Amino acid sequence: MERRIGILNYGLGNLSSISHALTSLGIFHEILTSPDALTRVSHIILPGVGSFREGMTGLERAGFIEPLRQAVAVEKKPLLGICLGMQLLADVGLEHGEHAGLSFLSGRVERIPTEVHKLPLPHIGWNSVHFSEGKRILKGLTQDTDFYFVHSYHFISDDKEVIAGVTEYGIQIAAVVEKGNIFGAQFHPEKSGEEGLKILKNFSEVV
Amino acid sequence: MLKPRLIPVLLFKNGVLVRSQHFDFFQSTGDPIGQVERFTQWKADELIYLDISRDDIYNAQGTMQNIGSTTSGKDTGAAASHNFIEVIQAVAKKCFVPLTVGGKIRTIDDIRVRLKSGADKVSINSAALENPAFITEAARVFGSQCIVVSIDVRKSVDGWEVYSHNGERATGRQVVAWAVEAAERGAGEILLGSIDRDGAGDGYDTELVSAVAHAVSVPVIALGGVGTFEHFVKGLHAGASAVAAANIFHFTEQSIINAKRYLQQSGVVVRL
Repeated sequence: MERRIGILNYGLGNLSSISHALTSLGIFHEILTSPDALTRVSHIILPGVGSFREGMTGLERAGFIEPLRQAVAVEKKPLLGICLGMQLLADVGLEHGEHAGLSFLSGRVERIPTEVHKLPLPHIGWNSVHFSEGKRILKGLTQDTDFYFVHSYHFISDDKEVIAGVTEYGIQIAAVVEKGNIFGAQFHPEKSGEEGLKILKNFSEVV
Repeated sequence: MLKPRLIPVLLFKNGVLVRSQHFDFFQSTGDPIGQVERFTQWKADELIYLDISRDDIYNAQGTMQNIGSTTSGKDTGAAASHNFIEVIQAVAKKCFVPLTVGGKIRTIDDIRVRLKSGADKVSINSAALENPAFITEAARVFGSQCIVVSIDVRKSVDGWEVYSHNGERATGRQVVAWAVEAAERGAGEILLGSIDRDGAGDGYDTELVSAVAHAVSVPVIALGGVGTFEHFVKGLHAGASAVAAANIFHFTEQSIINAKRYLQQSGVVVRL
């Protein structure tokens, strides 16, 4: 299939930012508003800003959940979750109650504990990310590069192998995840300057 | 580690970018779209774009005459006859760092339009003062991460008083109480501007920055008064999570990267 990235539109997240970033890289893409459209793309980006519950409700309402499972778990299309989109890959989210996630990655999403260090929440700003070796999504990036974060919850993985990059904010936070065809960035690659754009480029080149 | 942010503020007034002093002297600084590319190339960590027009006329030529601009009839391109939203749409295409947009935001729909046009966050000010529940509602609909509450203050005998409507109207509110309420209602960040220091170039009101930054748990962005790079260091030491400025970044090539080098040499670790 021809390389074509689909950005899921389920009512949350700044889709135009991702679209502008892909345009600047010359990457063919479209914004997907109907679940049927998933069949005509080779790669999928799951954006998202807001709460875990709203995210899952939005996906459900738009009818994306089953078609997404089919595309990602069965057909093995590469998927990149960004910010809340990465958190939704987990089994469960503990934001405003307990809510089931997509379960593409094993783990849960909890509030960042900031009381001990008296840190502001949300965690907003440019923070350095320390990469694990040999991750496809991080190819060509400089170790400890800064990326733009804005979030109050974080993904706690049951499987350490999944963590491709970490950042520090009082505690260690999963910044990048990678497992087979599933990728995620807790920060916003589309808003992290040149280095962020490289992540989107790397994702588009995953086969 | 998390880096303190350095944020250029672009002031848009009736079709052109301007610099301001005490909120009432304006001088044109040029093309509203082209500047953005220059700023992001020079490693601005974020951009704040504020519409401070007081009416709805977006005509660059007219504005330049009205405000007695020192800039000659430089071509402002498509922006000249376009409105602020169209400028934001054009800016968003070139801006690969977070973009906060403010000015004239009164309703949930105003926020929606700006986010849809490519803003990552919006800054609200007068509408929040008139109806504080607007903050609650905005945070509920869009999430705290994209709601910045902008607070403009003047120093008074008994502290700092909050002003609305581009610094024109006194509200009787004290800054710390208002910042705490805004954060409790769901503001994700506070953009704290000193009207007294605006355009003065003698540094942030660091007592003000410190008072607010220590009272709220959300990040505080200091604005107003930067005249030298050292002022950024002082703002950060006072407790700001981010330091913003407008005038110092105009007219000077490479001013952002130079400011960052200065911060780095002063022991502040920044994104380079």
